[in-house]
Order: sequence, then C-alpha cells, then structure tokens
Amino acid sequence: MPSLEVLIGGSIVVALNLYMLMGGADYGGGVWDLLASGTRARQQRDLIAHAIGPVWEANHVWLILAITVLFTAFPLAFSTITTFLHVPLLLMLIGIVFRGSAFAFRSYDLPNDRAHARWSSVFSISSLLTPILLGITLGTIASGRLMPAPGNFRAAFIDPWLAPFPLAVGFFALALFAFLAAVYLTLEAEEPELKGDFRRRALWSGGLVGLMALVVFLLAGNGAPELRRRMSESIWTQPLQVTTAVAAAVAYFALWTHRFRLARLAVIAQSTLILWGWAIAQFPNLIMPDVSIYDTAAPTATLTLLSAALAGGVLILLPSFAYLLRIFKAGH
Amino acid sequence: MTDLLAARSQMAISLAFHILFAVAGIAMPLMMVLAEIRWIRTGDDALLALTRSWAKGTAILFAVGAVSGTVLSFELGLLWPEFMRWAGPIIGMPFSLEGFAFFTEAIFLGIYLYGWNRISTRAHIAAGAIVAASGAASAVFVVIANAWMNTPTGFRIAGGQAVDVDPIAAMLNPSALPQVIHMVLAAYAAVGFAVAGIHAYLFLRDPTNVFHRHALSIALTLGGLAAVLQPLSGDFLARAVAVNQPIKLAAFEGHFQTQRGAPLRIGGLPDVENRHTPYAIEIPYALSLLAFQDPTASVAGLNDFDSDLWPPVAVVHVAFQVMVAAGVAMMAVAAWAAYVRWRRSTITSSRALLKTLVLASPLGLIAIESGWVVTEVGRQPWIIQGVMKTADAVTPMPGLIVPLIVFTMIYVFLAVIVSLLLLRQFRATPRFTGVRAA
Repeated sequence: MPSLEVLIGGSIVVALNLYMLMGGADYGGGVWDLLASGTRARQQRDLIAHAIGPVWEANHVWLILAITVLFTAFPLAFSTITTFLHVPLLLMLIGIVFRGSAFAFRSYDLPNDRAHARWSSVFSISSLLTPILLGITLGTIASGRLMPAPGNFRAAFIDPWLAPFPLAVGFFALALFAFLAAVYLTLEAEEPELKGDFRRRALWSGGLVGLMALVVFLLAGNGAPELRRRMSESIWTQPLQVTTAVAAAVAYFALWTHRFRLARLAVIAQSTLILWGWAIAQFPNLIMPDVSIYDTAAPTATLTLLSAALAGGVLILLPSFAYLLRIFKAGH
Repeated sequence: MTDLLAARSQMAISLAFHILFAVAGIAMPLMMVLAEIRWIRTGDDALLALTRSWAKGTAILFAVGAVSGTVLSFELGLLWPEFMRWAGPIIGMPFSLEGFAFFTEAIFLGIYLYGWNRISTRAHIAAGAIVAASGAASAVFVVIANAWMNTPTGFRIAGGQAVDVDPIAAMLNPSALPQVIHMVLAAYAAVGFAVAGIHAYLFLRDPTNVFHRHALSIALTLGGLAAVLQPLSGDFLARAVAVNQPIKLAAFEGHFQTQRGAPLRIGGLPDVENRHTPYAIEIPYALSLLAFQDPTASVAGLNDFDSDLWPPVAVVHVAFQVMVAAGVAMMAVAAWAAYVRWRRSTITSSRALLKTLVLASPLGLIAIESGWVVTEVGRQPWIIQGVMKTADAVTPMPGLIVPLIVFTMIYVFLAVIVSLLLLRQFRATPRFTGVRAA
C-alpha cells in the first residue's frame, strides 16, 4: 500500500491528466477556432462550439480540484508556487477569465454576427495564451530554479519562468492541446470534408508536438538538468519513453490511414504517458529539485480525511461524467 | 498604496464581484426548475419560455461565476500564501468538497442546458434540481471555510505551528451553522427580489404578458420566504458573534463603553477619536436583550480592548446598518406582498406593490455586499481571528497595485458586458397574452 502522500500526490497528477485530456482539448478547440480557414471556416467553428459547449465548464473543474487538493495536502508547495510564480499564474487567470466568459457570451447572446465575431476572437486568443502560461508554470516547477534568493525582484519573481526551458514547455503544452483537439474533432465531425480538415490539422500539429518534445528535451540539458538526469538514468525511463514513442507513431499511422477511433486512443495514451513520465521523473519532488511530497505534507489526519473525500467524490463524479458523455458524445 | 492594502483591495473586489454570480448560481437554478415543474403541471407555454429564458440567464451568470471563482481559488495563494501554508491542512477540506460540489453543478448544468431534446422531461428536471442542490452545497462549504476564519477550531498551536489538526472539528466551528444559514437565505432572498423587481418593471410596461406574471410569482415566493426568515438567522448569527467575537459585535454597534442594559443603535456614525457614536437612535436595553437574551446583560465595549485590535469601526458599523436596513425593508415588502396575495388573490393587482418591488430590486444584493463588508472588515486586523494577522499573511511579491488595477478593470468590464447581455435578454422577452395553451 503506497503512503497517503503518494496516493494524494498521484491523485493531483490524475486530475491534471484529466484536465489535459478534457480541458486541454477545449483550449485546443479555441486554437482551431482562431485558425479556422478555407471555405468551411464557418462549419469548423460551429463544430468546435458544438463539441465543447456542454462539457467545457465541467472539464475546467479538474484544474480547481487539483489546486484545492494541492493546498490542502501540500500547503507549503502551494504557497511557494503561488508566491514565486505570481506573474505567470496571474496572466493565466486572465486567460481563463476571458476564455470562459467570452465563450458563454458568444453562446448565449442573441444572434448578432458582429458581436459574435468579437467574442470569438477573445475566446480563441485566450485559448491560445492560457495553455502556454500553464506550460510555463509547470516547466518552471520542473526546472529546479523556482526558489531563488528573495530580495532581488527579477531573480525571485521573473527570471525563473522567463527562460527558454519553461517557455518551450509552454509551447509544447499548446501544441499538445491543439493536437488532442484536432484528433477529437475528426470524430465529432459528420461530413467527410470536415473530417479531412481536422485530419490535416491533426497531422501537422502532431508533427509540431514531436518537434517541441525534441526542443524541450534539448533545452532541459541547461534548463532542467536534474530532471533530465533522472529521465536518462533511471531504469524505467527507457521503456516509458519507448512506449510514448510507440503511442505517438500509432496515432500518426492511424490518422494517416483514417482510423480515427484508434488515433484518439493513441493520442490519449501518448499525452497521458508524457504527463506521467514527467511526474514519475519528479517523484518524490513536488517542486524540483528538493521540495518533496513528504516534507510539505499536511498532518496525517488531514491526509486521511482528504483521501476518503477523494474516494467519495470519485464515486459521485464518475457516474455523473459518464452520464454527461453518454448524452453528448455517444456515437462519436 | 501599500502592498498590503492593494492585496486586501484586490481580494475585496474579487469577492464582491464573485459573490453576485455565486448567489445567482445558487438561486437561479432553483427558480428555473420551479418554472419547469409548473410548466409540466399546467402545460402553459409561457412557463416553458420562462424556464428557457432563466436557463439562459443562469448559463451566463454561472460561466462568469465559475471563472471568477477560479481566480479566487488561486488568489488565496497569490495574495495570502502564508495564510494558505498555515491553514491549508486545517481548512482545505471544505474547499476540496466544494470542488466536488462545483463539479456536480457544472456537469448537470451542461446536461440541463444542452439536453432539452436528448433526455426525458423527468431526467431534465432532475438535472436542474441537482444543479440547484449542488449550487447550495458549494455555498455551504465555502462559507464553512470563512466561518473558520472567524472562529478557528480543530487545532492546537505549538511553537507557532498548528498541531493536533482535526479538519472535521474545524468544519464544525461555532460560526459555521449560523453563517451558512444566513448566506444561503441571503442568496435566495437577494436573487428572488432582484428577479421579481425586474419582472415587476416589465409587467408594468406590458401588463397583458402572462410571462411576467409567472416570473413574478415564482421569484417573489422564493425571495419573500427567504426575506421573512432572514432576520431570524441574522439574530442567530449575531448571538454567535456576541459570544465569540465581542470586538466585532461592538464594532457592528459602534459600542465603545461597556455597560449593562446596552442600547441598540440605529444609524449614527462612530467617532473613533472621541470614542462615541453620535447621531444614532438608541433603543434602550435592546442590544443586551438581542445579544444575550437578557435586558440587563453586560455588553463589552471597544474601550475594553486594545485599539490595535479594533477593525475600522465606522466602516463596519455603517455597513451593518445598511445590511440590516435593507433586510428589514425586504421583510416588510415580503409581508405586504403576502397580504396583497391573501386579500386580492393576485399580487399583480396592486400597482403600488409592483412599483415598490421595482425599487426593492437591488436591496438584497446591497445587503449581501454590505454583509460581506461587515464580516470581513469586522474580522480585521485578523485573517484568522486571534491567530494570524492579515498583515502577516500577505505575499512578499511587490507591486501588487498592478494586478489590483488589472483585475479591477477586468471586473468592471465584465460587469458592464453581463448587464448589457441580460438587458438584451429582457428586451427580447416573448409575449404570451392568450389564456392557457393546451
């Protein structure tokens, strides 16, 4: 039986994983809204709005869940992150606010093409920026440069995140979210032409994911040395990386040969493996290089109760989510 | 402006903004489900149109509430990292539970809004009812956390750190129940009155439209019932404050001199310099009676305490007066509406009542905003009463004036947009003049 710290730390990664697969794809949808083009631009946008409309609010809550579990179980890690990553988190929040409200305004306002177009661009631009900032935040946590000497504003609050490695992780996250969305949308689309549009988008954004993965890996040498050392030295990394590469290849092959269900399965596996690869490499550190889940954990009473609440919450949540997806995503 | 003041202002503005959408998220789903149930019972198409119209309003308000709530969950750490580091293990539980309640609300709101033609009517109403219930549950959990800041329990302090942490005992702190009841009733009363006022206005301009009559009936029933019960819950809460936070109670009342048989002050402006509250109407013995159920009980005045531990007395007292005045006015209007309903069978027969409802429309929201000033400013200088000062919890991040300005601008912008959108929804109200459709 793993310790409570591991269980709860793992549940945060699960929440982030689901946020990536669901909420991340909603951001990706916003990106494709921004990049809608050609004679079917209107249909592409309608398809995206139709696909994320009923689910985006629920998908967004995974992030809130991850945050509340983090500050309940690992308060020191939370306060360190929110103190020294104040700036990118704040920018991310602005993106979250504009993405969500613009989408709701667009969906529920009375039909009016000019206002519709205006909210569309607010929605899509904030969908583009928010994942980058989320990636920058996670990249900084992984970089090992988060807790600098306080006193010097730039050194403490700016330099750790405004660096090549976190920025690369930001664009990696954006590419991954766009890739996820494009693959999902090949299944949401009914017409063959529209399927083709998103297949092409999936193919080239998938290529971008591969490229960014390489860039992140290369920059990690200087930008996140300890993480990179662990990733290349421990025994589990080779099989994990090989599996991730296989999933990526299957996704690409499936897209190429129009097997969209298989492509979706593969891309879900690929992105899940990427996230867990990172989490396992960091383990047991919540913040690299030396803030671990063990020395920031809340007292046992809190951890026990929180585990029980998480188990109970999942019992309510899973059937509810299954019901939501059965109603709106059945047949896709 | 100091960074501390900027942080406090940003938190205050974020809460003041979010709470309007949060209360809408509690009360609007209930009203929309009630309208749908009535539609099923009567088959009146106006009720279906009303349900859909309220559902649209709920969707917009919920979306803005969801994102402004996300901002707040981060701001706890962005602005008050030391508070979160210290209190997270003790009071993080209700926030996590709130996360699940919010999840349920978001899932079933999606089902409700987009599922009209995909699920049975019964399942649809059930989805709406789950939205209403989980919205109320969210409020319960968040208010429990706030109540803990007023009356912290569930831990022991050793060497400056919390030990023997018991999150259940923290959730069952003495302010939790009275604050929860007060807040949930406030949500129903405020939203019920706000919506009733809007439809009273529209009804006065378009008296043959039964759409507004239905809307008024549902909104006023909910708002009126809550408004009548609210003074009781206020009394329950004030008694808890009297026992647990005597300085806060003294600030509510602008009460400086400890005395037996203390009077209740209505109005007045506390003069902290000279330690008295002039221009108030004083009702003898009433404060002792209300706070301790004994007209001769001694009520501690601010003079008994070090003035470093006083909240800004004038702000708290005036906000308290505004809240109570708004609450009493709403109760009176609710009683009047009940009387009209009883004597003449329909509330729309009294134009005077309808006009008053229009004027009373913002009262509940004003009461909620001033009520939060009362409880939050009234707790100062503490962020956790008696344990941690607000000044010790603030982030070391400098330049907090910048996010304050940015978020203020965003919230003002969103408030304007939401108002315009809702206004357009009201303008587009469908007309239903006929008698009941089959």
